[in-house]
Amino acid sequence: MTAITRDEVAHLARLSRLALGEDELDHLAAQLDQIISAVARVQEVAAQDIPPTSHALPLSNVYRADEVRPSLPPEQALGGAPAAEEQRFRVPRILGEEA
Amino acid sequence: MSDLTRKTAAELAGLVASGEASAVEVARAHLERVAAVDGQVHAFLHVDEEAVLAQARAVDERRAAGERLGPLAGVPIAHKDVFTTADMPTTAGSKILEGWRPPYDATVTARLRAAGLVILGKANMDEFAMGSSTENSAFGPSRNPWDLTRVPGGSSGGSSAAVAAYEAPLATGTDTGGSIRQPAAVTGIVGVKPTYGGSSRYGVIAFASSLDTPGPFARTVLDAALLHEAFSGHDPMDSTSIDAPVPPVVEAARRADVAGLRVGVVKELAGDGYQPGVLARYREAVELLESLGAKVVEVSCPHFGYALPAYYLIAPSECSSNLARFDAMRYGLRVGDDGTRSAEEVMALTRAQGFGAEVKRRIMLGTYALSSGYYDAYYGKAQQVRTLIKRDFEAAFEQVDVLVSPTTPTTAFPIGERADDPMAMYLADLCTIPANLAGVPAISVPCGLAEPDAAGGEGGGLPVGLQVMAPVLADDRVYRVGAAVEKALEDRWGGPLLAKAPELAEAAQ
Repeated sequence: MTAITRDEVAHLARLSRLALGEDELDHLAAQLDQIISAVARVQEVAAQDIPPTSHALPLSNVYRADEVRPSLPPEQALGGAPAAEEQRFRVPRILGEEA
Repeated sequence: MSDLTRKTAAELAGLVASGEASAVEVARAHLERVAAVDGQVHAFLHVDEEAVLAQARAVDERRAAGERLGPLAGVPIAHKDVFTTADMPTTAGSKILEGWRPPYDATVTARLRAAGLVILGKANMDEFAMGSSTENSAFGPSRNPWDLTRVPGGSSGGSSAAVAAYEAPLATGTDTGGSIRQPAAVTGIVGVKPTYGGSSRYGVIAFASSLDTPGPFARTVLDAALLHEAFSGHDPMDSTSIDAPVPPVVEAARRADVAGLRVGVVKELAGDGYQPGVLARYREAVELLESLGAKVVEVSCPHFGYALPAYYLIAPSECSSNLARFDAMRYGLRVGDDGTRSAEEVMALTRAQGFGAEVKRRIMLGTYALSSGYYDAYYGKAQQVRTLIKRDFEAAFEQVDVLVSPTTPTTAFPIGERADDPMAMYLADLCTIPANLAGVPAISVPCGLAEPDAAGGEGGGLPVGLQVMAPVLADDRVYRVGAAVEKALEDRWGGPLLAKAPELAEAAQ
């Protein structure tokens, strides 16, 4: 029995915003199936009454004072941008043709 | 070759402070070593000679002006390429960030500079710190100075290789599932994962935020402690940073005494799947601790066997969320922006081209574990296992002061052996992951060379690491035990383990 199907892997790639080729999907499907089967072992020991731990140490929210502080100037903020225009990030169209 | 590259960080800082050597001389010696051997080792992704010398000159000027320098001023360091540096490219080993110049320094970077450390360059790593060999670096693997056909461990394998090859006496790393301790173990040096939150994550390119922990590499336990102290401590820029004093790690490294200390041998971290040569050195190290006056008992941590599967759900889940920021919009690579494609198409094309195979695997695995319908069965269960592992540690530390295990199940494996076998690669972190899930500090110190196995000698003559784990914020204990083991073994060996490594051929300059 497989833990994950090839179709599910293709769906995951879409959710993950990864435009993967057919060969890559085939290869990943087999590997993910193996990994998911192995990590499913966590289900053997985790009973319902055990609280989850999301973090190594107990933490509560940390607040800082709400005061104005210097931030990155625009030229630095845009310094690594693939494309910039008029002091803004230039991005491809965000709506699809059908919209 | 200059003798300066064989000295410890503490010795080098002493020479600079006393004026017996200038920081520039020390930097030059290390730059020459990098030029001579890094063609073979490939520890560095970026070295800018002029910038290195300028940093060293600044240290010399501070000294000339009468300033009292810190205990590591003028000492060169290899800086893992996961820490942002405003004056050097920062790639995290990924094509998606190739050539990126961050607009700011990580807190660890800023503290290295303030302490007068001279950043030699950026060290190679597995892409986004995902891996145990550096084979996942988009810029080619680093090599183990003990045997250039083998991996130096990972993800901080450029850091371990640089220190083991005498290219730098110190290096930074990050440890999410073992990425400092495992490379330290397989290259015969010292590596420490501090208590989670003891060192700042600000400016560390995120992999798994609840686990990522910056820490030191060095050739001696004392040097590691000095570096640990130099960059650790509370950082208001990191919301998970612990607001408490840095544990007295330097004092502990100098104390190097285990008399009366209760040492627990973790029953579950040995046995099947462990290389016999590793287990032999490990058992000797445990006997050594006993002979030094420690009280050794066996301790059971029944859920440690579930740490690896829990980690490979938790870390990929956090990674799938963290790496969503690489969207081809604000920085990094952009592919296929031809005026016809939508932002989403460009994003998916860019990520498919910019990320390597392991990063894609983990993003998809995390996306799966977090998706509705699977969340409870995978991510939720893994978080419950995390609780069980924390409880195992808590119960153990009621009986003993520290826990010990081998750092890795095997010695350094050949480059290519596990490259396309993710489950085999993941096993390299079998012993190190529990400490990450619980946030506790842990060290790896060299404890000898594995003898060739009767089966055919695979992995013989290569370094083995002893792992020591302590409770949260008891980082000093791992240094205390590590230094005691180091001292006793060096007395026995007549010098450090690394002295047994073959000399690398130096390229003509």
